[in-house]
Amino acid sequence: MFEIFGIPSNALFGQLLIGLINGSFYALLSLGLAVIFGMLNIINFSHGAQYMMGAFAAYLMLKYSGLGYWPALIIAPLLVGITGVIVERLFLQWLYKLDHLYGLLLTFGLALIIEGVARNQLGSAGLPYVVPDELRGGQNLGFMFLPNYRAWVIVASLTICIATWFIIERTRLGAYLRAATENPALVRAFGINVPRIITLTYGFGVALAAFAGVMAAPIYNVSPQMGSELIIVVFAVVVIGGMGSILGAIVTGFGLGVVEGLTKVFFPEASNTVIFVIMAIVLLVRPAGLFGRRA
Amino acid sequence: MKKTLGLAALAAVLACSTAYAQQVNVKIGVLSDMSSLYADIGGPGSVAAAKLAVADFQKTNPNVKVELISGDHQNKPDVGSQVANQWFDVDKVDVIVDVPNSGVALAVSEIARAKNKLFIVSGAAASTLTGAKCNPNTVHWTYDTWMLANGTGKAMVKTGGDTWFFLTADYAFGHALEADTTGVVEKNGGKVVGKVRVPLNTNDFSSFLLQAQSSKAKVIGLANAGGDTINSIKQSAEFGIVKGGQKLAGLLVFSSDVNALGLPTAQGLSLTETWYWDMNDANRAWTKRWNAERNAAGKYPTMIHAGVYSGILHYLKARAALGAGEFDGKAVTDKMKSMPTDDVLFGKGTIRPDGRKIHPAYLFEVKAPSESKHPGDFYTLKATIPADEAFRPLKEGGCPMVSG
Repeated sequence: MFEIFGIPSNALFGQLLIGLINGSFYALLSLGLAVIFGMLNIINFSHGAQYMMGAFAAYLMLKYSGLGYWPALIIAPLLVGITGVIVERLFLQWLYKLDHLYGLLLTFGLALIIEGVARNQLGSAGLPYVVPDELRGGQNLGFMFLPNYRAWVIVASLTICIATWFIIERTRLGAYLRAATENPALVRAFGINVPRIITLTYGFGVALAAFAGVMAAPIYNVSPQMGSELIIVVFAVVVIGGMGSILGAIVTGFGLGVVEGLTKVFFPEASNTVIFVIMAIVLLVRPAGLFGRRA
Repeated sequence: MKKTLGLAALAAVLACSTAYAQQVNVKIGVLSDMSSLYADIGGPGSVAAAKLAVADFQKTNPNVKVELISGDHQNKPDVGSQVANQWFDVDKVDVIVDVPNSGVALAVSEIARAKNKLFIVSGAAASTLTGAKCNPNTVHWTYDTWMLANGTGKAMVKTGGDTWFFLTADYAFGHALEADTTGVVEKNGGKVVGKVRVPLNTNDFSSFLLQAQSSKAKVIGLANAGGDTINSIKQSAEFGIVKGGQKLAGLLVFSSDVNALGLPTAQGLSLTETWYWDMNDANRAWTKRWNAERNAAGKYPTMIHAGVYSGILHYLKARAALGAGEFDGKAVTDKMKSMPTDDVLFGKGTIRPDGRKIHPAYLFEVKAPSESKHPGDFYTLKATIPADEAFRPLKEGGCPMVSG
């Protein structure tokens, strides 16, 4: 065993892997944000609340209808995605032509309302949710003990991220979508229902948040404030990656997870500020973010 | 005979009318976290407990008129200070109660001293409130970091857990808890092999848990609270910490946290509390009333709620004993300290000169799901720590009021 900066290499490998796992959550959440911002130009501040809704949906499904983790992984994002569609139809569609600030304020207000209702109905202390039986236990990798559930988190998150990137950047549907954001009038002239595409895109972004919420339920505390604690970091990830850049969101999500993981070994007290320090530096050097195009 | 009876009746009427003439007016402010992470351990539940205390007291003392208000400090010392200042100066509040979050509580304690009002702490934990930062206007009711450390720490070391690794929340409360526990562990022949300071509200503890795992310490002490505690316990189950032979010591775990973890995850955890709803009939009866007042089925009161009830009751007794008129905070606190405490939830107790309320503490272990008979049946009682051993000895706290 050799040492790197006084830390045994084993411990370091472990931390790198842990960083990747946390990065999976950042990537999943910032992906949804990037899709919504890239396609709708809305800064979706209710993303954290929608992530929390996903976790709560999973909890409520288990409690009231006995549906476990696997059905929840599909149904919860669908349900929360539908609420997203409703929100888009009722409110957001009127804001596209206005300044970003209006969308931000609206979604922020929504987030406060959703959190308030959740707190009122379900309390602030949190609710229990256990790791599904199939994913209990873990593997001894020699340098660390890797819980099976964490391994699943990385695989699932990478799959979703790559699939989303592929759909938007490499398929015809994605091409319509990008064209619709670029020039809605022209795309409409080709007979494509632009408002519907936009609505569904928002629903999809929200469903991604809910998916992350269900993924988080067995390992993080399921409580009304679980989203607001995470969302600020995720916004920093999106800003560093470049607002609206899907690849940027994914890469920086995983990358910052690793950086944060390493900080937790070398200087734990700074682990929740390191991302913001990086954000400040990136903004100074590249104001559009690492992968962003200058407007 | 008739004449005597008549005189007696007259005397009784006179006595009553003097009692009415001596009407006592007090205003109580419950300052708590109403809308964030500590809202379930204090918050609206503390207000419900306060209402029960006032109702119970007024049954026998109709001459005491109590006005009850409540406020949200949002876990921010500046917001808490602002509310406390306004309550004392403008709204003429006599006493502030509860205040979970040691940072806010230390600020409010200082304001109560400066304005010579009264502060009864139930929600906050820092033992400095009756130690170096003690003052004649603060009474610390329910629990504190020293008591938690002493209860859980001592029990763990005694049962063979003599090497410790701390996961510490990086703020006043966490540091106090870590320091107090370190003292207890070392005093009982144990050793602290490492610690890591974790920022407040951390989502993912896996990095820290790996460090704790590789330290090979027998006990991992969780010097944190609320969501941090829940996350760290949940994730240590995932990483197989307990299965690997290490033990977890939850240094501050409330019944609401156990509820949030679920018994399958929390089972076997050792913890110390001063009050548990399912411990005896009196507590269960009170819990029923609290549930009705709180209007929340399926919730269980915490020791903080019980402390709010008990603290207000004792305050009202002391205030009524002083009679009508104006009394400053110090005078009422002195009266509270001079009277023994007695109520259905905490039994008989006393308040020490440094402001520390003294009562027994209980070492519990979380039940396995198979042992739990009904919802909320969380704990098995492992040991009772008698009142005179449960809290830090008076001389050791460094409170200037005591050492002179």
